[in-house]
Amino acid sequence: MNSVNTTIASEATQPVETAVPVQESKPAETVIEEGKTVGNPFSNDPKFKLRDVEVFYGETRAIKKISLDIARNEVIAFIGPSGCGKSTFLRCLNRMNDSIDICRVNGTLQLDDHDIYDPKRDVVELRARVGMVFQKPNPFPKSIYDNVAYGPRIHGLANRKSDLDEIVESSLRKAGLWDEVKDRLDATATGMSGGQQQRLCIARAIAVSPEVVLMDEPCSALDPIATAKVEELIAELSESYTIVIVTHSMQQAARVSHRTAYFHLGHLVEVNETNKVFTSPEHELTESYITGRFG
Amino acid sequence: MPTKKDDVYGDHISHKFNNELMELKTKFLKMGGMVEAQVESAVQALVDGDGHLAEEIRANDKKVDRMEVEIDEEATLIIARRQPTARDLRLVISVIKMVADLERVGDEAKKIAKLAIKLTEEGQAPRGYVEVRHIGTHVLSMLHEALDAFARLDSEQALRIMKEDKRVDEEYQAAARTLLTFMMEDTRNISRCMSVMWVLRALERVGDHACNIAENVIFMVKGEDVRHTPVEEAEKVVGR
Repeated sequence: MNSVNTTIASEATQPVETAVPVQESKPAETVIEEGKTVGNPFSNDPKFKLRDVEVFYGETRAIKKISLDIARNEVIAFIGPSGCGKSTFLRCLNRMNDSIDICRVNGTLQLDDHDIYDPKRDVVELRARVGMVFQKPNPFPKSIYDNVAYGPRIHGLANRKSDLDEIVESSLRKAGLWDEVKDRLDATATGMSGGQQQRLCIARAIAVSPEVVLMDEPCSALDPIATAKVEELIAELSESYTIVIVTHSMQQAARVSHRTAYFHLGHLVEVNETNKVFTSPEHELTESYITGRFG
Repeated sequence: MPTKKDDVYGDHISHKFNNELMELKTKFLKMGGMVEAQVESAVQALVDGDGHLAEEIRANDKKVDRMEVEIDEEATLIIARRQPTARDLRLVISVIKMVADLERVGDEAKKIAKLAIKLTEEGQAPRGYVEVRHIGTHVLSMLHEALDAFARLDSEQALRIMKEDKRVDEEYQAAARTLLTFMMEDTRNISRCMSVMWVLRALERVGDHACNIAENVIFMVKGEDVRHTPVEEAEKVVGR
């Protein structure tokens, strides 16, 4: 991590949760075979190609040999009980785990066939391509305009004020926020409602034209109306971005995603079309979790 | 994880949810028992020429109808309150569909009761009643088995019912031919034979509804829709 933190998401302000998995009570007779995922975890046109990914927090293995493709322009939802590793896995995708000293990542992780963990890779550039939105809205204590303009400015994406204005407007429009804030772009962002702040964070994330947007429980701090707006936004954004969303709301996963991945104690148990997962999941653990039998 | 098949709807974190699903299942089975009795009594009323029993059946049909509305309401509330998924969702959706089948079975029983009154009033020697009794017993056992398959979540039993339906259709065709012969023998038989034909038709429909219930049971258990597919397809699904 360096000083120019341009994930546009300011992980500095975000409490870093070292998600060491908690041992869950699980059905005794269900054995999870390591590295074995039921369903269809692979894709013909992967944006991310992830093979045998393992993540350690010190001695604890939080992710156990997960292999998965994330397709271009797909919305994939990660679900699973607390401490199952879904957020940890998400954070590998733009090396957000780098900020945790005791965290170590093994395996092959590729974005467009290039190694994400290549030591020569520019992490700032990576995070500009793979933006992130967090659970709690975390706008900078600046004006609405400056929040969105921050990323494009430091990445030198706009040479003139008019270019910057255009980026700010189009990002806010894409985030469905423009009409609500166009008359008060100079107002401080922290004065906005929670839902607006979160959409501002999304606008800020997309202002640097990322290819992927990672969302870590983006709606868990929002009311139902704001949630609906963010979900609407996800549907629109999926036309041009690849979206990976971690959510605790299974209904949300069912509503917004194309595929759903179910994590359990650091294993990737099942990946399937979302429609299938919520009507007739293949794995018993998936079924037990989504029907509210444990978790 | 439940080991007994009966318990598959009873192990949620929320006990209230468990109870709601159990209640839905129990009510459905209760309604099933009611319509089963209705069909049985209707055949009885016809064969025995018991007009009084037939009247009773017509009155009871209102209870069946009320039950349908009640179960539908409960299922709707579960969806609204719990947003069920996977096997829970399949249970609720199937119950909503099967309840319509049961209600229609109730209507068929009422239809038979009505014809029983008419035939009793005409008071001639029975023609085609052997066939009625035979097909009646057959479809009743199918209906009973379908409800049993639902209660026990037995997809193999459900498959057997689907196969059985073909036999009922054949029996119906044969009975229709017999009645046709009676009508050709003496044209004065026509009106009466037509009434018996309608009874047979109603019973054949009961078999169809039992078959629909069986298809829904397979969907509940296997998660695959086997409606409008050849029995061989359903066989593959059940075998999985």
